Amino acid sequence: MKKISILSSILLFSLSASLVWAETPEEKGLAIAEEFDRRDNGYIDTVSDLVMILTNRHGTESRRQIRLRQMETPDDGDKSMSIFDEPADVKGTAVLTYTHKTKSDDQWLYLPALKRVKRIASRNKSGSFLGSEFAFEDIGSQEVEKFTYKYLRDEVYNGLDSFVIERDPIDRFSGYTRQVVWIDKAEYRYQKIDFYDRKNVLLKTLTYNKYQQYLNQYWRSDEMFMENYQTGKTTRLLWSNYRFRNGFKDSDFNRNTLKRIR
Amino acid sequence: MLILFKRNLFSVFLALSAGLLASAGIASASERGFAPIPVNYSLLEPPRFFTRSNDVSQSSPVKIEWSGYVGLEARIFPDDPLFPVQQGDSSSIAFQPEYYREWNDGRSSLTIEPFLRIDSGDDERSHADIRELMWLTVGDDWELRAGVGKVFWGVTESQHLVDIINQTDLVENIDGEEKLGQMMIDLSLIRDWGTLDLFILPGFRERTFPGMEGRLRTPLVVDTDQANYESSREEKRIDYAIRWFNLLGDWEVGLAYFNGTSRIPQFVQTGSVLTPYYALLQQSSLDAQLTLDAWLWKIEAVSRRIEGEYSSALTGGFEYTQAALWDSDVDLGLLVEYLFDDQGTLALTPFEDDVLFGARLALNDIQGSELLAGVIQDLDSDTMAYLLEASRRIGDSWKLEVEVRLYDNVATDDFLYAFRQDDLIQMELRRYF
Repeated sequence: MKKISILSSILLFSLSASLVWAETPEEKGLAIAEEFDRRDNGYIDTVSDLVMILTNRHGTESRRQIRLRQMETPDDGDKSMSIFDEPADVKGTAVLTYTHKTKSDDQWLYLPALKRVKRIASRNKSGSFLGSEFAFEDIGSQEVEKFTYKYLRDEVYNGLDSFVIERDPIDRFSGYTRQVVWIDKAEYRYQKIDFYDRKNVLLKTLTYNKYQQYLNQYWRSDEMFMENYQTGKTTRLLWSNYRFRNGFKDSDFNRNTLKRIR
Repeated sequence: MLILFKRNLFSVFLALSAGLLASAGIASASERGFAPIPVNYSLLEPPRFFTRSNDVSQSSPVKIEWSGYVGLEARIFPDDPLFPVQQGDSSSIAFQPEYYREWNDGRSSLTIEPFLRIDSGDDERSHADIRELMWLTVGDDWELRAGVGKVFWGVTESQHLVDIINQTDLVENIDGEEKLGQMMIDLSLIRDWGTLDLFILPGFRERTFPGMEGRLRTPLVVDTDQANYESSREEKRIDYAIRWFNLLGDWEVGLAYFNGTSRIPQFVQTGSVLTPYYALLQQSSLDAQLTLDAWLWKIEAVSRRIEGEYSSALTGGFEYTQAALWDSDVDLGLLVEYLFDDQGTLALTPFEDDVLFGARLALNDIQGSELLAGVIQDLDSDTMAYLLEASRRIGDSWKLEVEVRLYDNVATDDFLYAFRQDDLIQMELRRYF
């Protein structure tokens, strides 16, 4: 009896051990992304102000000022509204986005001079957002389902014990073959992302700085910096005035709201 | 005189809308803490009648914004005019400030946007308008607008058949995209089954036309001082419109009905001038867009009834966008639209059996540079109309816009025949504030 139980214990142990060892890099990468997503879940909605500082390779600067509203949607991607304040010629322009977990996002553009709302082609993902080094797909909400994952290694980044994972966009219209993401193990925050273009050449790096925690749970970076190695241009994003749980409803994110929001 | 007349109309209209609001019990002025509307107010003074009472809480501050632009424009006509009296090159200045005031946690707002252009070439092009003087209040599933404003309906690019609320400010641009402010009460009901808009449109606006010295005009000048109307109430008739709009997956669909004075006049020759005649129009319309990845499929169709006669017109086509062309930041859009009007050459627009081919380039650079080039080809003749529009920001608050319009091989029976000597290169430098 005893022999058998010892034997079965050994068997069980080796079985469970092999189960742990059998977690593939893909499974581990996905698990990290899911944990990241779980920790950011339940923020409900936010408003924030964004200043973008675009710098070309000669050091000439240009400024954009945008206000953002974002809301979680049960079982689907986030809804967001961006309202442009600067430059002055696009003041009043607004963009409404419904991100979806699996299908293409829906996007509408409001042109105040014509009072016209235009639904725009959703595949325009890789296009530059307002002439910055951020593409539309970098700005939108990063749903877990939009990528496949692979755990690469552990690494200490900026003094933080971090996971390094690779994620490959599923959307064939993405401008990237892959992204390499550094996420710190303690709080699951993005620290750095390397973007590889369609030819799999390193295109740009995004670094996240000045994290602040809200509602004792949600981390937001106050300063993001994108550097494009191929053009020498950079874009700095300065976030401020984050406010959570403003009581937004679906009706705050529709075409009618898009037409009148200021 | 004109301004006085307009003011009177505005006063009557505002008083009327306030009365309607009160009787509808939607948001009476006294409930919201507004002083009653004085009949004799100045348009340029701050809007006293919308000043909030002393219940302004700190969490809901009143937000006030000033914005707008000043534009310097040059118009170059490379060809000699048809008539010696017509202008050559000209310059003009335009000013369009906007005042915006928001209160009640963003649920109420007032927008005032006057417009002024002073033109060296054509007296009729020197004109002023109230583009917007709109009060808006918003509930959970409704919005109510009262005042003067602009409404856009439709999806196509070459022309806007279903877009009927506003009159075209033709002297501004013959592309028909510039509109005069329209007095309206617009109640939007935003429900699961779509958005329903109910419009009451008091006060008709006459279309603007170039004067004797102006270019891009008919050989006989349109005399806007003696317009005639089918309605016995003339420009005081109250028009109405209703529109349903909904998002159905990848489709967006709008259905509308308009009953009122046609925005497009017919012309009667009176001596040596044309007098505009504005008939009554009942128009039903459909507009729809299907969005499939890079493809936008668009259709607009109208059925009109004017003086017992039915006619119909249609615009349909697609826009395909190739984003990140050759791995650059450049987006290239290709447009093809077919324009049809069953009234043929008697149609009220020049496009009765035409095709638009267009290309749109967005460089996605810091200056937001954009270019649109197109040609409209008449399928029944060799008439071609070419169009080029380009714009680029300069620094943070300047913008340069260039527009070129050329007419080629214009058939003698074509609406555009009158413009055959009026190729135009137009440049505008705007300073935004």
